[in-house]
Amino acid sequence: MAQNHGHSHAKASQDEWGEHHVVPATILNNVMWALIALTILTVVTAKFIHLGAMGPIVAFSIAAVKAYLVMAYFMGLKYDVKENRWIFSTGFIFLAVLFFFCAVDLATRITATSTL
Amino acid sequence: MFGGLFVGYFIYHNMYPQLFLEASTHLDWKMGAFNTGVLILSSWTMAMSIHFIQVGKSSKANLTLIITILCGLVFMVVKYFEYTHKIHEGLLPGRLFTYEQATQPLGLYFGFYFCMTGLHGTHVLIGMLLMVWLLIRNMRGDFSPHFYTPVEGVGIFWHIVDLIWIFLFPLLYLIG
Repeated sequence: MAQNHGHSHAKASQDEWGEHHVVPATILNNVMWALIALTILTVVTAKFIHLGAMGPIVAFSIAAVKAYLVMAYFMGLKYDVKENRWIFSTGFIFLAVLFFFCAVDLATRITATSTL
Repeated sequence: MFGGLFVGYFIYHNMYPQLFLEASTHLDWKMGAFNTGVLILSSWTMAMSIHFIQVGKSSKANLTLIITILCGLVFMVVKYFEYTHKIHEGLLPGRLFTYEQATQPLGLYFGFYFCMTGLHGTHVLIGMLLMVWLLIRNMRGDFSPHFYTPVEGVGIFWHIVDLIWIFLFPLLYLIG
C-alpha cells in the first residue's frame, strides 16, 4: 500500500523531470579497470621512474583523469544536463581561485623575502 | 573543508620542502595504494548498486551495497594499522611529535597528515552508516526503477569521498 503510493507519487514527478539515464554495466566495469590501471601508473611513475620536478605534475594529472572518470561515469555527469555539470564544477573553480591567490601571495611575499 | 587543507598543505610544502620530504618517508605507499584500490572497488560496487536498482534487480543491489560497506571497513582497518604504527613511533601532529630519529620538527607534516586523513576517514565512516540505512531500506523494498533518489544521493557522497582520496593518495604518499 505504502509502496503503491510511493510508486505513483514518484512516477508523477519522474514524468515531470524525465527518465534518468542508466549507465550500462559494461561501461561501469571498464571505468573501474581504467581507474585501477591509472592507479598502478601513478605508483609506477612516482616510485620507480625518477621524474624530478615533473613528478608531482604527472601524479596530479593522472589523478585529474581519474577524477574525471569517476565524475563522468560513476556519478553519471556525462549523461546529465549541462546545468548540473556546471553546478558541480563551481566547487572546483572556487577551489582554484583560493589556490591561485594563495600561490600568488606565496610567490610574491614569502619566497621573495624568505621569512615565514 | 578539504580544499582549504589541500591549499594549506601546498603552501607549507613549498615553504619547507625538506621537512615534507623527510616526513613522507614514514608513510607506507603500499598501504596507501592498497587503500586506493579498495576505494575504487567500492565506488564501482556503489555505482553497480544504483545500476541494479535502475534495471529492477534490487536484490543484487543488496549484495553490492554490502560489498561497498565491507570495502569501507577494510579501508578503515588499514587506516587503523597505519595510525597505531605512527602513534607507537611518536609520529604525531604538532607539539605531540616525539619521534627521536627525526632531524627536523616533522610535527607540521603530521598535523596535516592526521587532519586530512582523519577528516576523510570520518567521511568514510559516515558513508558506511548511510549505506547500512540504504541496505535496510532496500531490503524493505523501498526502492524501484522509478524511485531510487536516496541511493543516488549516498552514491554521490561516496564517489566524492573516493575522489578526495584519489588526490590525497599521491599528495601524501607519493610526492617525496
